[in-house]
Amino acid sequence: MTEEIIIAGFGGQGVLSMGKILAYSGIMQNQEVSWMPSYGPEMRGGTANVTVILSDDRISSPVLKKFDTAIILNQQSMDKFVDEVKPGGTLLYDPNGITHHPERKDINIYRIPGAALAAELGNPQTFNMIIMGGFLKVKPIVLLENVKKGLEKSLPERHHKLIPLNIEAIQKGSDSVETVHTI
Amino acid sequence: MGDVRLMKGNEVIAEAAIRCGCDGYFGYPITPQSEIMETLMIRRPQEETGMVVLQAESEVAAINMVYGGASCGKKVMTSSSSPGISLKAEGITYLAGAELPALIVNIVRGGPGLGTIQPAQSDYFQAVKGGGHGDYKLIVLAPASVQEMNDFVDLSFKLAFKYLNPAMILSDGVIGQMMEKVELSDFKPRWTAEEIKKISGSWATIGKTADRERNISTSLDLDSAKQEIFNHKLQAKYRAMEENEVRFEKIACDDAEYLFVAYGSSARICQKAVEQAREKGIKVGLLRPITLFPYPTKAIQEMLKDVKGILSVEMSAGQMVEDVRLAVNGKVPVEHFGRYGGIIPTPEEVVEALEQKILGK
Repeated sequence: MTEEIIIAGFGGQGVLSMGKILAYSGIMQNQEVSWMPSYGPEMRGGTANVTVILSDDRISSPVLKKFDTAIILNQQSMDKFVDEVKPGGTLLYDPNGITHHPERKDINIYRIPGAALAAELGNPQTFNMIIMGGFLKVKPIVLLENVKKGLEKSLPERHHKLIPLNIEAIQKGSDSVETVHTI
Repeated sequence: MGDVRLMKGNEVIAEAAIRCGCDGYFGYPITPQSEIMETLMIRRPQEETGMVVLQAESEVAAINMVYGGASCGKKVMTSSSSPGISLKAEGITYLAGAELPALIVNIVRGGPGLGTIQPAQSDYFQAVKGGGHGDYKLIVLAPASVQEMNDFVDLSFKLAFKYLNPAMILSDGVIGQMMEKVELSDFKPRWTAEEIKKISGSWATIGKTADRERNISTSLDLDSAKQEIFNHKLQAKYRAMEENEVRFEKIACDDAEYLFVAYGSSARICQKAVEQAREKGIKVGLLRPITLFPYPTKAIQEMLKDVKGILSVEMSAGQMVEDVRLAVNGKVPVEHFGRYGGIIPTPEEVVEALEQKILGK
């Protein structure tokens, strides 16, 4: 199994830390992982993205052009990455702020109202874990127990009291993902 | 399994230094490698192992602190990125001229000049062919993963002390800034004064004893005859490195009709390009130099009986390709593909370059 993922949105949405938690979850189930943040001219202009790869085998390039899954959290990222999902791949997005919805017919498209749900939970910082929950519902590549271990590893101990809230957010995301189109 | 973590390449350099018993780090911040010193400052190894971590007033000061520490037989290191390495160049040739072991880490960014903070591999010539003045060589290791960032710190010190020569880890912003799974090395204690005396007592300036002449740490000899003899000695050392220390990795080379040669992050990208090209039916392999000096010249030559063309891939305008061409000596076509100025090539671009430049499509 190799899953090549791009997570893209605004800086501050928790894009990089979601990637980190996903990567740590992969380590918890003995996978090879890589986490490559936007580290180029594209990061100028307030957008942030990270390429995360989880694999049972040695990972080749940490820098990719095409992805199995794109997790898209703003319009700029949609414009940039919608055509970079491999045919048969998956696109998951938050419709908040999206003006041009994806129309590709050769990929699976899912929608998750992450920003709205985070507001419901009363904590905007749970946004990225809601998105993570939605992702794991449609692509269960890591077990929830390993995500929990991943959270323990990647959060400093003083924030461990927030882990139950994060798990709740993942659950909420998992329950709330909507199918737009499947092939 | 040992201590497995998810870490950035830069952070791992710092952790590996502490764990291999490094005595001192002297540096000056510059993107994209500042996490090395930052991690060391947060880890406070002086309280754990006694390792000194010091932010110098400049890159020049830092490399001369390294010279001082190395003269005393200590395991010392510095790190910087391209413009900072240029500043250190004088100190690096002095280290080579005084035959001092030390580790210099270069997390390369695009140039020339201040250039960009984005990754590049445009310091190959500087690392491998000189950088400073005089006929000297560094042992140059090029990690292609965060794991190798860990492994090559200890290896660099081993080689530096074996040959009494500075070693360089030549990496870039891709490997420095990315996180991967890494199994950290076990802790090794720092050398005691007794151990340093045993290991380096014949040359280190650790106090004169009655049974020997003074040890002097210098690269100056105004007697040309002696200086030539000394240069012969250095050259013999470099030939011994070429004989004994060449390291490389071959991927999918067994049935390869074409070959990528690439190091560091470019080698990772080429590994993906190998997968993609083979899906198209192009039998291409990858030869990844791990040591850039000594260079795997013979390994490339041994591939020539099977391969019809070679593409050297680097994030530069074409530097390592010269060493590939020297190895190949005109026997098969050798072309270069590179992106530079901080742009990272995609695997797709590499396959396209192979098709256009080598397969003639």
